[in-house]
Amino acid sequence: MPSTGSNAGREPVTFPQYLLLNASRFADRVAMRHKDLGVWQSWTWAQQLEEVRAFSLGLQELGIGEGDKVAIVGSNRPRLYWAFCAAQALKAIPVPVYSDAVAEEMAYVLNHSGVQLAIVQDQEQVDKILSFSEEIPALKDVIYDEPRGLRDYDHSHLRDYSDVMALGQASLSADGQRAQQWADAINASDGQETSVFLYTSGTTGRSKGVILTAANSVKAARDTAHFDHLTVDDNVLAYLPLAWVGDHYLNYAQGYVSGLCMACPESADTVQNDLREIGPTFYFAPPRVFEGLLTNVMIRMEDASAIKKSMFHTFLAVAKKHGEAILEGRPVPFMGRVAYALGNFFVYGPLKDTLGFTNIRTAYTAGEAIGPDLFSFFRSLGINLKQLYGQTEAFLYVTAQKDGEIRADTVGKAAPDVVIRISEDGEVQFKSPGMFVGYYGDDEKTRETLTEDGFVKTGDAGIFDSHGDLKIIDRAKDVGKLTDGSLFAPKYIENKLKFFPNIREAVALGDGCEFCTVLLNIDLTAVGNWAERNNISYASYQELANLPQVLDMMMSHVEQVNRDLAGEELVAGSQIARFLVLHKELDADDGELTRTQKVRRSFIAERYAPLIEALYDGSTEKFVNTEVTYEDGRKGSISATVQIRDVKTNRPIKAHKEAAE
Amino acid sequence: MNQPSIQADIQAGVRADDGIEKGGLLLQVDNISLSFGGVKAISNISFDVKKGEIRAIIGPNGAGKTSMLNVINGFYHPQEGKITFRGKERISMRPHEAVGQGIARTFQNVALFKGMSTLDNIMTGRSELMKKNMFWQMLWHGPALSEEVEHRTRVEDIIDFLEIQHIRRTPVGNLPYGLQKRVELGRALAMEPSLLLLDEPMAGMNLEEKEDMSRFIIEVNQQFGTTIALIEHDMGVVMDLSDRIVVLDYGKKIADGAPEEVRNNQDVIDAYLGVPH
Repeated sequence: MPSTGSNAGREPVTFPQYLLLNASRFADRVAMRHKDLGVWQSWTWAQQLEEVRAFSLGLQELGIGEGDKVAIVGSNRPRLYWAFCAAQALKAIPVPVYSDAVAEEMAYVLNHSGVQLAIVQDQEQVDKILSFSEEIPALKDVIYDEPRGLRDYDHSHLRDYSDVMALGQASLSADGQRAQQWADAINASDGQETSVFLYTSGTTGRSKGVILTAANSVKAARDTAHFDHLTVDDNVLAYLPLAWVGDHYLNYAQGYVSGLCMACPESADTVQNDLREIGPTFYFAPPRVFEGLLTNVMIRMEDASAIKKSMFHTFLAVAKKHGEAILEGRPVPFMGRVAYALGNFFVYGPLKDTLGFTNIRTAYTAGEAIGPDLFSFFRSLGINLKQLYGQTEAFLYVTAQKDGEIRADTVGKAAPDVVIRISEDGEVQFKSPGMFVGYYGDDEKTRETLTEDGFVKTGDAGIFDSHGDLKIIDRAKDVGKLTDGSLFAPKYIENKLKFFPNIREAVALGDGCEFCTVLLNIDLTAVGNWAERNNISYASYQELANLPQVLDMMMSHVEQVNRDLAGEELVAGSQIARFLVLHKELDADDGELTRTQKVRRSFIAERYAPLIEALYDGSTEKFVNTEVTYEDGRKGSISATVQIRDVKTNRPIKAHKEAAE
Repeated sequence: MNQPSIQADIQAGVRADDGIEKGGLLLQVDNISLSFGGVKAISNISFDVKKGEIRAIIGPNGAGKTSMLNVINGFYHPQEGKITFRGKERISMRPHEAVGQGIARTFQNVALFKGMSTLDNIMTGRSELMKKNMFWQMLWHGPALSEEVEHRTRVEDIIDFLEIQHIRRTPVGNLPYGLQKRVELGRALAMEPSLLLLDEPMAGMNLEEKEDMSRFIIEVNQQFGTTIALIEHDMGVVMDLSDRIVVLDYGKKIADGAPEEVRNNQDVIDAYLGVPH
């Protein structure tokens, strides 16, 4: 075998350079796992190098070279991760695309980035691309990983991944110098080339292609891997969307610089089970995942025997009292420690095992605010859950909480080598090592986003608290005022509502209006379970959402939020006056949420205009007919009569708050 | 990663290598009549199933469709007529002998072992193929173990094919109906049949489940070359999936042919929509 050329004496500046380095320094350590046909398959770094090299040379045979764009579409699978590195080794640019994007969105990204080649997972993605192939003239070939169902397709522009690898293998055996040339080309790089285009999820309008360079990406990843002490002994489960910056950073980038082992789940439905089998040491999940886990645990405990139930609740109370203090190494009375140790044996340990959290050293959550109770619950079990604040433009990290300095309502201090400042109008701005160089093909947007002195505008409104930690309030442009002049921060209100397990999604409205109103989505799991227990029958989300008992329940939650708001001087004026429960779940396929499940408020305001009008004109119900889009692009419609309720608001006085508590 | 493709794997194991060319005659039913006491369930029906095709049997309720499947798989013995399967005329046969012949089926009402996991249910489909005797099976180690591993590999292929990895260890009694139907198909596939009988594979399913099931049926047929005879009430599905359709009404055959022919046949329209008397 030709030497892998570890680029001695110099820190690698690209991911393919790290591949070569890891293949020599961690040759026999496992780099990748994938559960296939019920068994965990694994590849060492040395094997991973061979896989990547063969495919990369195959791509080269197909004419892919420097600056060519290669789309990667699919779920988390080893071959798709290898495709990233294979393309980067040729200085081609991987462009990951969300695999659940509908054909139109995908066509936009493929067209905008000008991809020549698409590497996709299966027939579903091939079909999607073929459906709009005429609109993207630059696209020459499509390579697929899973051949199932594709046998009878026209293969003039369609190739099996294995065939491309075989092409590379053939060139390797035909020319003894080929491997060395390939490695030399990788080592020759100074890291100034583009590493990847990451398309933003498009919270506001069309998604933009964020250009990240290799050296910056590597530097950022190395910083945070060091910050969280990631080493070759760590392992992660890669289950987040491949096209999302979080997955690319936490699994791919940190994986290459630290040499940790990445495991790919068997399928999207088996993640929970795979998590338990792998027992990752580093874990990331958005708050809604933790929320879902907690809801599930609580629902399942309802079915447990009386003894187990009482044991669960007793020890949970112990954890609540002492858990976080023990995790952070603060003083705890001796009896507290004993009780916690017992709890760990009987409840926390088994629970963590079931959730797959036994080995977790560091867990992160980000993307949305996390409820303080939810956050404390997981921390009190002894899971080192922390928050970070990041952006695609930063190649993820802007801030991260340091071990031992954890507060539920902040996102921590600046990550290593990151500079943060708050502009005069309250916007958070930063400069970071992994910072993007621009939006692809959109200089105007790039100029809008970068300040003159090279800081990135995040578009988020934030403040530093007394500890110097950053606290994000809302999107800067979403913060508004009611007609009486009181401050209206929609996300702040929405988050308070969403902390109730029964509420899945909330949209607050009120900028420039007389009072604040909200649209709610109930959580089908939690409310459905509650309905079952109370012998309330329902056939669909729509029916459940419209039941008077459910509306009463929502009413009590909204009133609780109003009581909370009344106690906070800044936002006491924007209490919720009226609310309704939407007749359908907000869905990314309908454009109501982004692919990362964030609410697109302005779009919703437009789409549900009749409902919003009714919220403000005093009516108690309203008939609506809403168009819905199915995953394959077909359309249908849902109609319903939605009920609207008035809510009691509280006078914003301090004494009142104390009385309420 | 050198996983053999499902296709190659299952083809290698298919016992249906019966020397019949694709499109050749696999099953021939001649003038079959079946009655239960005074009730004539099937009277004087003839049709055939060609290798590699999807053959649908349709008809209004009580037309004798399920009885027909039961005749084909040897559960009922027709009083008159003859059945030729793979070139051999069949006399009388127990269901387990039918299994030996390479016929597998699913049922109108799911008939799985509710307390067993998906994996175990599908493994039962392999039991006919396991060759080690009870002594070895009880001893477990050695030849019986390696045989089990070999069969488990095949079963994992099927689990992967049907996309039911997430319920591998779930007792099937806890599964929603659509998934149970899928598991049942998996068990039938595990037998590597040369003729697969599906009795209303889509009954009680929602649109999405029907689409999935249709996809699986087409893939089983195209990739593994399995011949399929199915009963189904959803006409859209039947017309899309089948190569040929035979229509029964009150135990009699009223039409037989390609979907377009059947669709435009006046007798069929009358049988489904009714005629003024």
